[in-house]
Amino acid sequence: MKIAIINYGMGNLGSVRRSLENIGVNVIVAENPKQLSDANKIILPGVGAFGEGMKKLRNDGWVEALQIQVIEEHKPLLGICLGMQMLASLSEENGLNEGLNFISGKVIRLDNLGCKFRIPHVGWNEAKYQESTPLFKNIPQSMDFYFVHSYTFTSDNQVNVIATSAYGISVTAAIQKDHIFGTQFHPEKSAKAGQQILKNFIDFVPC
Amino acid sequence: MLKVRVIPTLLWKDFGLVKGVGFNSWRRVGSVLPTIKVYNSREVDELILVDIMASREGNSPDYDSLNDFADECFVPLTFGGGITNLTQIVSLLHAGADKISLNSVLFDNPNLVNEAAYKFGIQCIVASIDVHRLENRFTCLSHAGTQNSKREPIAWAKELADRGAGEVLLTSVDRDGTMQGYDLELIEKIASAVTIPVIASGGAGNYQHMIDAVKQAGASAVAAASIFHFTEQTPSGAKAAMKSAGIPVRQSLR
Repeated sequence: MKIAIINYGMGNLGSVRRSLENIGVNVIVAENPKQLSDANKIILPGVGAFGEGMKKLRNDGWVEALQIQVIEEHKPLLGICLGMQMLASLSEENGLNEGLNFISGKVIRLDNLGCKFRIPHVGWNEAKYQESTPLFKNIPQSMDFYFVHSYTFTSDNQVNVIATSAYGISVTAAIQKDHIFGTQFHPEKSAKAGQQILKNFIDFVPC
Repeated sequence: MLKVRVIPTLLWKDFGLVKGVGFNSWRRVGSVLPTIKVYNSREVDELILVDIMASREGNSPDYDSLNDFADECFVPLTFGGGITNLTQIVSLLHAGADKISLNSVLFDNPNLVNEAAYKFGIQCIVASIDVHRLENRFTCLSHAGTQNSKREPIAWAKELADRGAGEVLLTSVDRDGTMQGYDLELIEKIASAVTIPVIASGGAGNYQHMIDAVKQAGASAVAAASIFHFTEQTPSGAKAAMKSAGIPVRQSLR
């Protein structure tokens, strides 16, 4: 099993790589879109702003590579934080920007959805997940995960929302469409529960 | 529901961890790596690591050491000390920092917050503010408490939040290391002036101090050092006490 982490210059790459190595998987830090063809699964990490992130993915050829590897070849993909948000169709961060459009939805600032609490949403919050979802296997319901974000994924299809957290409003904590997953929280920084999420992604077998 | 975080602060000087009183008279309290290992295995909510000599001596961050420390850290790690530009922030994030704390540099170049927040997102940038009481006024100190910036903390916190900081790490230099309790008046003033989370720091000596910082003053998180270095009290003990006081705290996977 080889897992590629996309290095597009925006992620807390070190933390994601370490977490996966800690689980004992073979990690490729992909500096070049061609390297994705060597991997069984792909992780799109992300710390940063949406527009900047998409610009990098587009300019360096990652968008085409993901289209081939994930959509045509059906390789499982996990987007983390900004990486999850970029799976959406559109974001309103720093003006309107188009996303990868892998899971239909929009990325909207928390206060524009009615959240009256302090923004960013920083810290540990409970994730309430759908029971049958493979990403949360062996994790107790309402476990705390580490979040740090100001924008949230609003899915066009509620069925794609596999976990939510309460922060004044219902925040999308995790999404799934077929073999494509995303977590708004940082599994690589969510201690043991986060390691279990990554392990579940590695163990996931698409049907 | 979002949980209130308890964050051990690790002050790094030369080859080890230190703790002082009022940003002075440093005592050695241990080595960095084993300490991070212990906190990681006990699943603390978050860690703050500050290189306290970097700004004073004009040193660049030590990326190699950070890389080694981060190898043992699977909880969020904020790094501060000696950071002056975006290139350093990129290297620190690659070495394993999750958030970057900026302080002294901002008095000369506050625009670094705007640039860093635009590039890395506001969630990545922690505005660290060290405050000293002068009679009945507050003033911001820089360079590990050695220089008076003459900035007023409430206006300064607001400005940094407007520029794009994601959190304020608010330290009372006068309470630092005293274990006499946080400066509740200061925390309350800053927490009501900004809409970003405020981390209270400086003065925690018992669990009640932490409860007061949250319940009375409105802190979103509490940072502490001496209480964990010099007493039997622990982050998990703090969370148990906070929970009994009705404050939401994190549960971890056993």
